[in-house]
Amino acid sequence: MRDELLSILEKNSRIDFKELAVLLGATEAQVLDEISKLEKENVICAYHTLINWEKTDIEKVSALIEVKVTPQRGQGFDRIAERIYKYPEVKSVYLISGGYDLLVSLEEKSLKEIAAFVSDKLSTLESVLSTATHFILKKYKDHGTIINETVKDEREVITP
Amino acid sequence: MRNFLSDKVCAIKPSGIRKFFDIVSEMKDAISLGVGEPDFDTPWFIRDEGIYSLERGRTFYTSNSGLKDLRCEIANYIKRTQNIDYCPDSEILVTVGGSEAIDIGLRAVINSGDEVIIPQPSYVSYEPCAVLAGAKPVIVDLKAENDFRLTPDELLAAITDRTKVLILPYPNNPTGAILEPENLAAIAKIVKEKDILVMSDEIYSALTYKGKHVSIASFDGMKDRTILINGFSKAYAMTGWRLGYACGPSEIIKQMTKIHQFAIMCAPTTSQYAAVEALKKGDEEVEKMRQSYNQRRRFLLNAFKEIGLDCFEPYGAFYVFPCIKKFNMTSEEFATKLLMEEKVAVVPGTAFGDCGEGYLRISYAYSLENLKEAISRIERFIKKLS
Repeated sequence: MRDELLSILEKNSRIDFKELAVLLGATEAQVLDEISKLEKENVICAYHTLINWEKTDIEKVSALIEVKVTPQRGQGFDRIAERIYKYPEVKSVYLISGGYDLLVSLEEKSLKEIAAFVSDKLSTLESVLSTATHFILKKYKDHGTIINETVKDEREVITP
Repeated sequence: MRNFLSDKVCAIKPSGIRKFFDIVSEMKDAISLGVGEPDFDTPWFIRDEGIYSLERGRTFYTSNSGLKDLRCEIANYIKRTQNIDYCPDSEILVTVGGSEAIDIGLRAVINSGDEVIIPQPSYVSYEPCAVLAGAKPVIVDLKAENDFRLTPDELLAAITDRTKVLILPYPNNPTGAILEPENLAAIAKIVKEKDILVMSDEIYSALTYKGKHVSIASFDGMKDRTILINGFSKAYAMTGWRLGYACGPSEIIKQMTKIHQFAIMCAPTTSQYAAVEALKKGDEEVEKMRQSYNQRRRFLLNAFKEIGLDCFEPYGAFYVFPCIKKFNMTSEEFATKLLMEEKVAVVPGTAFGDCGEGYLRISYAYSLENLKEAISRIERFIKKLS
């Protein structure tokens, strides 16, 4: 049940327990129990909402920043990653294989603020060797969801 | 001018679905639960392979029996799912959908007057194909109390000296019924005793919700007397690609290939390249779709219980077949009224044989949101009736 439960919740975290139980062919109590276990084990870390900010009046600018760092003895990349992810404006931090080390995604109100974050906060960290900032111009698909998708059923209405 | 038409063709009843289709397509913003094909798009990697084959200029005929690669992949697939060995060179034929395989399979084995046993409710094309091939169709009315499974007694009662073929349509469209190994064993025993050929239409084999599908061809001594039909439409959501296949004894496949080569030449080349990829890498996608169908199946069965619509639990395909007898209407009256009053299109059970009277075919090849809206309309409709 666990895998199927997770794949439903990953797409729709607002689904109610009653419906979940029906879809999974389980009882509500079983579903509740499994979800609380998953939360306790930190398998389910949080429930988020995917928002298309472009359709609101709120200005948001996002950037992806490639960061090259010097890993620290005994702590590898974890220490420097922590210093970066503690900033609330940082949305995600990944350790990456390849040409650079950390990929940081950032969301701010303006381009200026992103510039300020990179020059004042990020670049000045001792172990940061270099940064390369990429601004996001348009989001086509996020978290497995196509942002501006209109679904139309092209099938014939009745077929044998 | 004289009448140019063939008597045989004119005598065939037009599809009951067609009639209903004409009413539904007039209706604006009706919710349809009448579709017999997946709502999923063909998985992207399969489409991509089709596109790639076009880019490479693979636009020619393939061999009559289909791409060798594809026949090998089909053989692998059947080996790994059913543990049956079919020789890609002589025992597999790639066809234009499972439908063509039904047609040419019957034409390859029927002599005028041979009897073909057709359990109903079932897919609309068996009976006309049998008639066109010159056979006499013998209909077996399946019963709800048996969960629409063909029972040994029903089969025995239908067999005569002229019986040549039994059509075995499981997992079943429109009822969603399946046959489990013990049911199949009983049928296999009778079929061997009476020396009958089985045409096993397993197009929904990947979509079962109670154990894995088992083919009758996997039973001892049955491979030699079974034409196994399957295809890509339902499992891989590839209906429009028109691709299916038949596996069977080489002497039958050889005759089928003859008809296929003169009538069709070969199945669409682009589709064949895409299908190779589907068989090689598609298992995971198929499982994902199966899981979604299963969730919707559970949702519908639960919703029917809540709104008071009787339905046996089907374990295959993507249909449920609720009973509407208690409303004192024919299937067609019920379906028409439901369409007119609540704008929900379902297919009357009678479209799949006279014994479908009193039942509706409801497809769950729709998103949960769609199904929820449809159920709330059906509930409103039923409340008005009682």
